[in-house]
Amino acid sequence: MAVSNGAFVKNPVFLTLGAVALLAAIALPVLSHAPNRLLGGQPLYLSALPNGAAIVLILALAIATGCAFAPQRRDIWIIALVAALIAPIAYVWGTGEAATALAAASAPIARTSTGTAGWVVIITMYLAAAESVRRLSLRAWGRALIVICAIGPIIAMVASGHLDQLALMKEYAVKHDEFAAALRQHAHIVLASFIPALVIGVPLGIVAHRSAKLNGPLLGVLGLIQTIPSIALFGILMAPLSGLARHIPALRDLGISGIGLAPAAIALTLYSLLPIVRNTATGLGEVPAAALDAAAGMGMNRWQILRQIEVPIALPVILSGLRITLVQSIGLAAVAALIGAGGLGSIMFQGLFANAGDLILLGVVPIVGIAVIVDVVFRLIASPPNRGAA
Amino acid sequence: MIEFRNVSKRYDGSFAVDDLSFTVAEGAIGVLIGTSGSGKSTALRMVNRLIDPSSGTIHLSGTTVEQLPPVKLRRRIGYVIQSVGLFPHWTVERNIGTVPHLLGWPKAKIRDRVAQLLDLLRLDANAVRHKYPHQLSGGQQQRVGVARALAADPDVLLMDEPFGALDPITRTALQDEIAFIHQQTKKTILLVTHDIEEALKLGDTIALLDRGKLVQAGTPRDLLTAPANDFVRDFFGGANLGLRLLEIETAATVMRPEKRIDGERNEAEAIPASMSLHRALSLMVARGVDRLPVVDDKGAPQGTLHLADLAKR
Repeated sequence: MAVSNGAFVKNPVFLTLGAVALLAAIALPVLSHAPNRLLGGQPLYLSALPNGAAIVLILALAIATGCAFAPQRRDIWIIALVAALIAPIAYVWGTGEAATALAAASAPIARTSTGTAGWVVIITMYLAAAESVRRLSLRAWGRALIVICAIGPIIAMVASGHLDQLALMKEYAVKHDEFAAALRQHAHIVLASFIPALVIGVPLGIVAHRSAKLNGPLLGVLGLIQTIPSIALFGILMAPLSGLARHIPALRDLGISGIGLAPAAIALTLYSLLPIVRNTATGLGEVPAAALDAAAGMGMNRWQILRQIEVPIALPVILSGLRITLVQSIGLAAVAALIGAGGLGSIMFQGLFANAGDLILLGVVPIVGIAVIVDVVFRLIASPPNRGAA
Repeated sequence: MIEFRNVSKRYDGSFAVDDLSFTVAEGAIGVLIGTSGSGKSTALRMVNRLIDPSSGTIHLSGTTVEQLPPVKLRRRIGYVIQSVGLFPHWTVERNIGTVPHLLGWPKAKIRDRVAQLLDLLRLDANAVRHKYPHQLSGGQQQRVGVARALAADPDVLLMDEPFGALDPITRTALQDEIAFIHQQTKKTILLVTHDIEEALKLGDTIALLDRGKLVQAGTPRDLLTAPANDFVRDFFGGANLGLRLLEIETAATVMRPEKRIDGERNEAEAIPASMSLHRALSLMVARGVDRLPVVDDKGAPQGTLHLADLAKR
């Protein structure tokens, strides 16, 4: 269908996402209630939510859908954005209320979980919000504000205990200490790969920029590493590392062995090098030749040109490489739990092997949340408000 | 003073600059002119050692350029290029202060110097000093580029096609600016250009290069009236030779000492003695007159310019 001013549907994205969310909210279970965590749940539909939450949810979804038929202007996109942000919050608030009511009427080991409709609403509405943000062409600060508006109320509900009767939070209450340790370990794995990748990657990027001869092979090798599946790379590193640890006691004393942190950190470092090296080289390549000529002609030495001219001009692109690297590592570190490195992945795999969906989520939701926050923060750093488009 | 002595630059067996000898006197403007590939930019870039000559020496006020480390040498030489090369992440103020910063001047002294230079280049200091280069027009950017080159008060200024990327009106304005600044500061300037009018307007000495070789060097008048060969004659003269001759002479040189025209004086129509004959001719045609009263800087009558005298010279 042609999307012009004359067309009936003026934004098919809003229509598709909104209609899917509306159908899901009406026809699919919004909650699932089970007598304990091992048994399958009983589906509960929209009527299980408190009336206020259900009305706000349906109204917000209808408004987001309706924006597909309105002329595409800033005010309409802002309305769609607000509706898309309100719908998940209304849903989550409603489930908290419903879970509390259900908990009062059943045994403590009963579990109330998010239903299919909930996931559909959350995913479609965040996509709709992303569409509005794209249309509004917001800057980094605006995007950060939207993310705060999207997850802030949910964090507040978690903090206030409003969601304590939901299965996810019950799992958290049980695993409280284990969760905190896993979170720390996750950060540990990510930093143990990020810092070496930064220290190695930026100089390698400078080399790749300066030497046309090395550029191709270097990026080729790093690109090849990226194609190795993470589990395979962990496996490849296990044998040589355990061999090294066996023969060199000093390494063993440092805690290095074939399993655990060492192979995980090394593998993630290897994955991290490509975005850092490539973006550093690209960023330096975008520095105007005239600026370099002027810098040299006015008597800056190589180091001054690099530090005062090349790196600052290339910085936004380099930072975007670091952002990609961090987000990628936060996700990949989950897999490292399989080789005994721990982290949020260990909670996720526990849930996976025990077939406990809410335990999986307890591992996955923080990983996604942290990745989103890191992404937003790095975008903010990369776009200082004062700096013009270089 | 800038002096090239038998300077050559060879790349893979072919000469970019071939045995160039050329002197720009202390406080003068020397112009290197030629078509693209004539070696004029290479010659200029050898002065601040962005390129090192294969043979020959370049003298700068008594010393040869290779006696100083390149970085030290370059901080004593102003450098202006066609694409300006302002640093996009720095404000106008920081850009202009580049060399003073490198030399470790105190902050207050740099701030004063920046204000003084913005004033010299007729830029509104309050309006532009905290702006970024992309917020300026092309002409303003090159003014900042010139200010940046002058920042540490170098004795010598190198300008590589500084106005080539500007529109004709902005270019003329900046040429006038450079002539004015030169008059004020008496810097020795080496200017590379392919624009003949610009060379004739600004140059005290002009060197015409062709495929790396010096064809002829001399004053604008020498090159127009005594071309060494047909190449020089075609390059400078062509159909516009007569007009260019008028361009390099001022009204003062051919006016008659009569201070009245037909017993009357019309001060409003008077032209300054320093006006080029080319512009005076243009005025005569535009006003439909064959005589113009000439006055000095202060407006005191000097004489009368006659149309008939323009052709007789």
